[in-house]
Amino acid sequence: MGPALLSMDNVERVFGGGKTLLGRVLPAVHAVQGITLEVQRGETLGIVGESGCGKSTLARMLVGLDAPTGGSITFDGEDLAALARSDPRAVARKIQYVFQDPLASLNPRKTIRAILEAPLIHLLGMDRHRRGQRLEELMRDVNLTPEFLDRYPHEFSGGQAQRIGIARALAAEPELIVLDEPVSALDVSVQAQVLNILEGLKREFGLTYLFISHDLSVIESVSDRVAVLYFGNLVEIGSAASVFDSAQHPYTRLLLNSAPAPGRKSLAAEDAETELPDPFNPPPGCAFHARCPSRSNRCREQEPVLECATDDAHHRVACHHPNIRTTVK
Amino acid sequence: MPGTIDAADPIKNRKPARPDSIRLLLNNQLATAGLLVFCLIVVLAIAAPLLPLGDPDATDLANRLLAPSAEEHILGTDSLGRDILSRLVWGTRVSLAVGISATLIAAFFGSLIGLVAGYAAGRTDTLLMRGIDMIMAFPYILLALAIVAVLGPGLLNALYAIAVVNIPFFARNIRGIALGLSRREFVDAARLSGKSNVQILFGEVLPNVLPVIIITMSTTIGWMILETAGLSFLGLGAQPPQADLGSMLGQGRKVLFTSPHVSIIPGLMIFALVMSINLLGDGIRDVLDPRLKSGSLTRPVARTAIERSFVPDVAALREDAILDIQGLRTEFRIGSEIYRAVGGVDLSIDKGECLGVVGESGSGKSVSAMSVMGLVPTPPGRITGGVALLGGEDLFSASNERIRQLRGAAVSYVFQDPLSTLHPLFRVGEQLVEAIQAHGSMTGSQAREKAENLLRMVRIPNPGERLKAYPHELSGGMRQRVSIAMALANDADVIIADEPTTALDVTVQAQILSLLDALRKQNNTGILFITHDFGVVSAICDRVAVMYGGKIVETGTTEEILAAPAHPYTAKLIDCVPVLGEPQRRLDAIEGRPPVVNNLPDGCAFAPRCFHARDDCRSGEIEMTMLGARRGVRCLFPLGEPKQVRETTKKGTR
Amino acid sequence: MGGYITKRLLAAIPVLLGLTVIVFVIMALIPGDPATAILGSYATPENVERLNSQLGLDKPLWHQYFIWLGNLLQGDFGRSYTLNRPVLDEVLERFSATLILAGTALVLCSLLGLVAGIVSAVRQYGWADKIITLVVLIGISTPSFWLGLILILIFAVELNWFPASGMFAIYGGGDLPDLLWHLFLPAVTLAAVATGVISRLTRTAMLEVLRQDYIRTARAKGLPENTVIYKHAFKAALVSIIPVIGIQAGFVLGGAVYIETVFQWPGIGSMLVKAISTRDLLLVQGGVLVVATAYVLFNLAADVVQTVVDPRLR
Repeated sequence: MGPALLSMDNVERVFGGGKTLLGRVLPAVHAVQGITLEVQRGETLGIVGESGCGKSTLARMLVGLDAPTGGSITFDGEDLAALARSDPRAVARKIQYVFQDPLASLNPRKTIRAILEAPLIHLLGMDRHRRGQRLEELMRDVNLTPEFLDRYPHEFSGGQAQRIGIARALAAEPELIVLDEPVSALDVSVQAQVLNILEGLKREFGLTYLFISHDLSVIESVSDRVAVLYFGNLVEIGSAASVFDSAQHPYTRLLLNSAPAPGRKSLAAEDAETELPDPFNPPPGCAFHARCPSRSNRCREQEPVLECATDDAHHRVACHHPNIRTTVK
Repeated sequence: MPGTIDAADPIKNRKPARPDSIRLLLNNQLATAGLLVFCLIVVLAIAAPLLPLGDPDATDLANRLLAPSAEEHILGTDSLGRDILSRLVWGTRVSLAVGISATLIAAFFGSLIGLVAGYAAGRTDTLLMRGIDMIMAFPYILLALAIVAVLGPGLLNALYAIAVVNIPFFARNIRGIALGLSRREFVDAARLSGKSNVQILFGEVLPNVLPVIIITMSTTIGWMILETAGLSFLGLGAQPPQADLGSMLGQGRKVLFTSPHVSIIPGLMIFALVMSINLLGDGIRDVLDPRLKSGSLTRPVARTAIERSFVPDVAALREDAILDIQGLRTEFRIGSEIYRAVGGVDLSIDKGECLGVVGESGSGKSVSAMSVMGLVPTPPGRITGGVALLGGEDLFSASNERIRQLRGAAVSYVFQDPLSTLHPLFRVGEQLVEAIQAHGSMTGSQAREKAENLLRMVRIPNPGERLKAYPHELSGGMRQRVSIAMALANDADVIIADEPTTALDVTVQAQILSLLDALRKQNNTGILFITHDFGVVSAICDRVAVMYGGKIVETGTTEEILAAPAHPYTAKLIDCVPVLGEPQRRLDAIEGRPPVVNNLPDGCAFAPRCFHARDDCRSGEIEMTMLGARRGVRCLFPLGEPKQVRETTKKGTR
Repeated sequence: MGGYITKRLLAAIPVLLGLTVIVFVIMALIPGDPATAILGSYATPENVERLNSQLGLDKPLWHQYFIWLGNLLQGDFGRSYTLNRPVLDEVLERFSATLILAGTALVLCSLLGLVAGIVSAVRQYGWADKIITLVVLIGISTPSFWLGLILILIFAVELNWFPASGMFAIYGGGDLPDLLWHLFLPAVTLAAVATGVISRLTRTAMLEVLRQDYIRTARAKGLPENTVIYKHAFKAALVSIIPVIGIQAGFVLGGAVYIETVFQWPGIGSMLVKAISTRDLLLVQGGVLVVATAYVLFNLAADVVQTVVDPRLR
């Protein structure tokens, strides 16, 4: 692997915290706790996790909508947080974002033209004539007719609106696109349309994707590499094939065994009493230990670090008792 | 590039938005009346200098306190012999000008503060809103009085005072809206498009706040006129000889007992003015507030209206069936549109069986499920045909009281989002006990004991303690367990579960699915399971019915349908989702969009998106073809062997 | 719960301090020299200067504020020069009369407003709803001071059922029935507008709540419709109604100014109007402070009730 396009080094994000005027300590939530990972140019890195795992916070930090409270994010050799402070437009030219809810991400009182034009004006400084051409290109790129340009968002279905959202992200001609649950708000029959368009665009423009989803099957179908998040921690990362075929972390295995699939008759379900720990008061040691079938005293005391557990040097896991056994499907 | 250019018009009969609003306003008779009266008063006030009126301040002590209809003085004269009509018109002019100016000042400053506070959030917000709270800590008029006390009585001072005390009102309203809007994704999107904060605030947020500012203005302007009149009435506003409606009333009060008309007439004018503004304001609010526009703020009655134009002959009930739905039709009437959400659905559930109803949003699956016990909101919904037999009893001809007895007893429901379906203000124990006591004569302590047992049955740890919890204190999975416990409270024969796991995480979903599966086997309960996910169907359902455009297009056992879907839609629906363990599979997208049920095509609703569709598919009613005892497909050209099907569809896309 | 109430009480302190700052600043903005105002325009310069230093007016503004605040906290609100008696004595005496009037009106408008709003929502689009909606519209469009005059004309002058003014009969009055007899017209007038506002809001809140998922759940459980509406829906609607009752208390207290003037009720409102026209500013200041404090405390109580109803706020 060459130099990474994007690298995160021990990135943290703490919400709340601090002290009141009287010196009382306010409760803090560690949404993202020390994540280190790299994204290579041209790949799709899938990030999978359940609610509360910090995946959306991570995404917002990557596009400069939020800043890490610890660690650093480097994009193409530059410190992203510093760049976002000094020149947010420079960040927007390199990294773009596709939102989960397509209709909510389009201002109801603006035409599609006004929405798509904004990045062309503010980020690329295009003149009127070039903009006209570019807008038509963008619409064609996402399989929409340019006649839609003068319509308002409420006139579009979810799938069409999401394609407009993708066109807006493309307009800035970014190198990296962060896709935050881009299909989970869509009806199943139109999800595939959007996934196929994303795949085509990536090939055509040599894009790099960071694809965030809670849906394992979607992640598996789009990703080259996969990172699994639990409770703000990166618990496992590796190539999609190796993570899905030989999951090392018990949480990854639980996810895989819980995911319903057509034809899969029984889902391995844990017993009750086993849900996310309290984010205001995280337990010491491994965040997953209360739910873990192979926990030991060590898990309760010592936080595991990300390390290789298989022959594959790129497949790393944060677990004291990684299991080499292949997932039963 | 895969796929074709999508040029399909998403919404039929597009109408430009603006004339629509005015038409809507004029449709409202009260608002129109308000508008007319208000315009009339405004025209009178503006035209005051042109009208053949006497000098409003010319005193004529010889003709004091003349009664109305006196010659030359149609409305009589006041205690200084001034013509009341002339004073009324000129006074209205003053009152209107003051009221409108005060509104504009308050709206401008209040909205600005609200916008900035809501958008900036954090410290700026805290600081600005604390200031606003300080102003609001004074009882409304009191602060105005204090301001007038300082500035001294006078019309202009009263105007400032009224404007200042109304600033918080605007600031608070607008801040709330701006705060919500600023968290919306389109604001983030604009930021990522390179827009600056000022550009976002005035270019993205303000246009969305504008309707609220207009609504707030139209509802406060009446108030402002009343309040300035009030200050003048107390002698703190308009100073003689200048008169506004309030000071006329104040002066008239001194001769109330002898010449009541001197105070009654200006009072009536204030009333007419404010009433017309309020009527108009309500009309404007109804038009601009989208929640009210769609007529959704109507109260749903206890049970769906049943107006069956078609009752099928009830064929002999199958022996095992506990719930048998035949020919169910449910419609929504919104304005002049009729949405045929359910267009003739047959479903039957055996004891202990789990029947999955699969479909996308708008397919009518939830409406079918809600129709069974009359939980579709009326208005606008109504059941227009079919029967639902529960153990042989037709639920659609049962009395309201009978339905109430059956709800939660014989047939119970589990809904999608467990946070919104449990009452936020009652402890889960109270809600469970209530469900138990609604259908039996248990004492409080017996019911509490049963509630605890129910929580234990759905495997909630420490059930005794959890009874005292409020819903917001539980996690999503625990809340859904409580909902399931509630559904089990009275040993229902059928549980209707409407996407009960869609709002949950995968790991929690697996827990809930296995719990439901175990409980239905243990209690021999039938489940009608609504979902959009074939994976979930595989995990729990014995049989499946696939819905599209308000009709069942295919039905059979889960194995049969997954192995060999006969309807092209079913096949596509299975093929268009990625499957775990098959990452290389090419996703077979369904082009086009699901149909809209107020404009269903003739023939098969899926024909416009179907690669196998021929001319026959586009006309007439397509009947269900039975392929086996309980296996049917609503297609003229059903698919054959499973392998072949996949081959052909794949060729079709490429 | 107890901790929450303490926290709210503590949070009210800065609000009350803020009130005093606003009042102080407003009073400091008054053009002219208070000493001259107190001593009259014939005062000698020496006298003016002596009074200025007595009052601390030669010190910086913030210093003056703390002197003033200290005096307030010791119950020294100054002397009214028109009445020649301590401001606090006058204000408290007047305030009790206002409290009787405004309190009655508030209870009246809350009860009537809630009942009308619920009936209106439950019978949506029925004749009861239409009549209530119309009456409410008329109510909120009528100037209360004019309504008072009309009621006097009808019930006091024409029918002679109630007295036209005052709090007690001049001769032989002073007992409770006499008070109630005098109270009726002004209380009804004062309650009219607030009733309309509360009833409208109750209607909207009920309609909003009745569409919620948990109401569907209550029906799906097989609860009787009365339980659904009067227990489940009403309790949820109260969450949005209580703060509005708190705000209406402010309107009622403020509206008392008009009503007391119209009915010559010896309350703080009519006192304020008189004090403003005679420019007895210490009296204005005292009156405003006392009424505003009462209003803050009332809203504090409303907040506490709100947390009792809504466990999510605890």
